[in-house]
Amino acid sequence: MSDNLTLPTQQGSTDTPSPEPLLKVEGLTKHFPIHGGFPIKRKVGAVQAVDGVDLTVGVGESVGLVGESGCGKSTTGRLITRLLEPTAGRITYSGQDITHASRRRLAPVRSEIQMIFQDPYSSLNPRQTVGTIIKSPMEINGIEPTGGRETRVRELLELVGLSPEHYNRFPHEFSGGQRQRIGVARALALQPKLIVADEPVSALDVSIQAQVVNLLQKVQRELGIAFLFIAHDLAVVRHFSQRVAVMYLGKIVEVGDRESIYNGPRHPYTHALLSAVPEVEIEGETPARERIRLYGDVPSPINPPSGCRFRTRCWKAQDKCATEEPPLVQLSGNRPGHLTACHFPEDPTTERRDEDVILDPALRALESDAEGGPAGKK
Amino acid sequence: MTTLTKTEDAPAPTGPEGFLSVRDLKVRFSTEDGIVKAVDGLSFDVERGRTLGIVGESGSGKSVTNLTVLGLHSPRTTTIEGEILLDGKELVTATERELERLRGNKMAMIFQDPLTALSPYYTVGRQLSEPYMKHRGASKKEAKDRAIQMLEKVGIPQPKVRFDDYPHQFSGGMRQRAMIAMALMCDPELLIADEPTTALDVTVQAQILDLLKDLQQEFGSAIVFITHDLGVISSMADDLLVMYAGRAVERGSVKEVLRSPKHPYTWGLLSSMPRLDGDINQALDPIPGSPPSLLNPPSGCPFHPRCAFKDQVAGDLCSQERPTLAAGRAAACHLTAEQKQTIFIDKIQPRLR
Repeated sequence: MSDNLTLPTQQGSTDTPSPEPLLKVEGLTKHFPIHGGFPIKRKVGAVQAVDGVDLTVGVGESVGLVGESGCGKSTTGRLITRLLEPTAGRITYSGQDITHASRRRLAPVRSEIQMIFQDPYSSLNPRQTVGTIIKSPMEINGIEPTGGRETRVRELLELVGLSPEHYNRFPHEFSGGQRQRIGVARALALQPKLIVADEPVSALDVSIQAQVVNLLQKVQRELGIAFLFIAHDLAVVRHFSQRVAVMYLGKIVEVGDRESIYNGPRHPYTHALLSAVPEVEIEGETPARERIRLYGDVPSPINPPSGCRFRTRCWKAQDKCATEEPPLVQLSGNRPGHLTACHFPEDPTTERRDEDVILDPALRALESDAEGGPAGKK
Repeated sequence: MTTLTKTEDAPAPTGPEGFLSVRDLKVRFSTEDGIVKAVDGLSFDVERGRTLGIVGESGSGKSVTNLTVLGLHSPRTTTIEGEILLDGKELVTATERELERLRGNKMAMIFQDPLTALSPYYTVGRQLSEPYMKHRGASKKEAKDRAIQMLEKVGIPQPKVRFDDYPHQFSGGMRQRAMIAMALMCDPELLIADEPTTALDVTVQAQILDLLKDLQQEFGSAIVFITHDLGVISSMADDLLVMYAGRAVERGSVKEVLRSPKHPYTWGLLSSMPRLDGDINQALDPIPGSPPSLLNPPSGCPFHPRCAFKDQVAGDLCSQERPTLAAGRAAACHLTAEQKQTIFIDKIQPRLR
């Protein structure tokens, strides 16, 4: 573990004196307009992909961003790298506001914030050699490393576990895991301080996933690069990130250090997510985990539920949840930095409850047919 | 109990046989680059009411096996050897007509991606009713009633209204539910689920898995469940078959295989997976290298180029002789039972805590 990291100083909007984070995001919002109508197209609505996200990433820190598809985690990543223009909010990178910075003002920052993409098949130009792919960020930014660019590329290839001889090969000659390594090498070419990794391992096979996770971890520790690690796989995020933010429908519902989120979650959604992760039962000795089965899918971000956005799938929802949006605050009993946005938080434990929470009517019906108990056969 | 027996010299179909039994199945595709040995000598049995899980990485032949069972391969480019017996009936030599009578009736399939597996042109209701009308000779009205009943069973709200919806009007989880309903329309005795939850979110995946499990109890079908996710398998299956490069490398009951795995590949899979309750300071232990090309699979044991323990086997046995998979609980590996025991206890088990 890297000990020299400043730990979780997650602030909402209230500032407490603390070492300045590398990246600070406040109230970040992205609404994609929906156009419709005839003959004159006008804006008829908006996909509220990201709606008021507050997040900080410290120097050399790895922050995980988890959530289901459509929760806005990838959009958040793209906003931070300024691949998308934010609708509202503020992005501060080492003290400077880059929310709407122009291309020219952004140039020096761009080289410090790099991105690793999910799909290693579409994120590498098939007509360029590996050398060209990794070299081009240096060319664009006019960086001439000592010993020349080519030497630097060969060093990078070696660093990510490829052979320097691969310099003149094309992406199609590599397997998925190797391509992802090329993507990592490209991200490292400019010696970035922050890497936004958007689902970097989810397209890979299990045995290859671990190789890439280990590589990213090595990079993070040895080069002290901060990571915003976006993924839907909770176990991978837990392995990689010191701090984790859980997103649901464009909002962060819970954020905190790894220990708090995985062992003492308070938001019902975090409970449901953790409970849904299929785990290999190797030993019977671990305490049984709670069983929560939600009903239905994530609602549309075009017209999200009022108040708390999770209330339509929540078993604790009451009238208050529909009218009042819960603020992201530190609940009593939580560690500093562990913030939850919920009016009626759960107990901070993931152990089995007296009664499973089953919201799915089909499951409930089937399981009450099989006389009440959980229908698992083992 | 499902009796999983591997027989290299496939005997006549006698003795304790599964409802579905596959014997020494070999599937080859001829491609421009040469012959792909997608499945190479695979045998397994599935009993009614039981679930066989098949795990493996992409290209391990797990999907091809099951497409072959259903006869969904292209006959022009595919060569199939071996036997597939469904309730005593040989499927490899069956005519297209015979297969048509079985598909959607006695055996059904749930595909990974419901958006591409459902036709966008017809309503969900029509797609559900069609096989029922065809196989059971039911009237339109009866088929509709049955479809609505099945949609309700799998948890589609307002099934009467949703019957007339098109697949794009359903959300991802709903579509997968509709697929399950469609597969169950004719009470199939064999259900093949090929990565049915891979495209879904975890919370939806959990719903669908539980639903499948509960439905199986009610319908008593045999299920072949294909996935790459050991966690999913651990909650779904009774028996487990681990595949690598078109071959079965380990088999046994799920508990046996996951608690005391015997094949280096299974060890590798387990120790390369981060766990929710694992030690965060313990680095993951990936399997080196990448899966072999099936155009030109390695000689001997297909896993030997990636195996960390091959030097413990005397001589060049691993690269020369293909290890066989014995009957019952077994692993296809040249290491001796004691060696496996020692390696597992000393090196693998501590990592899994």
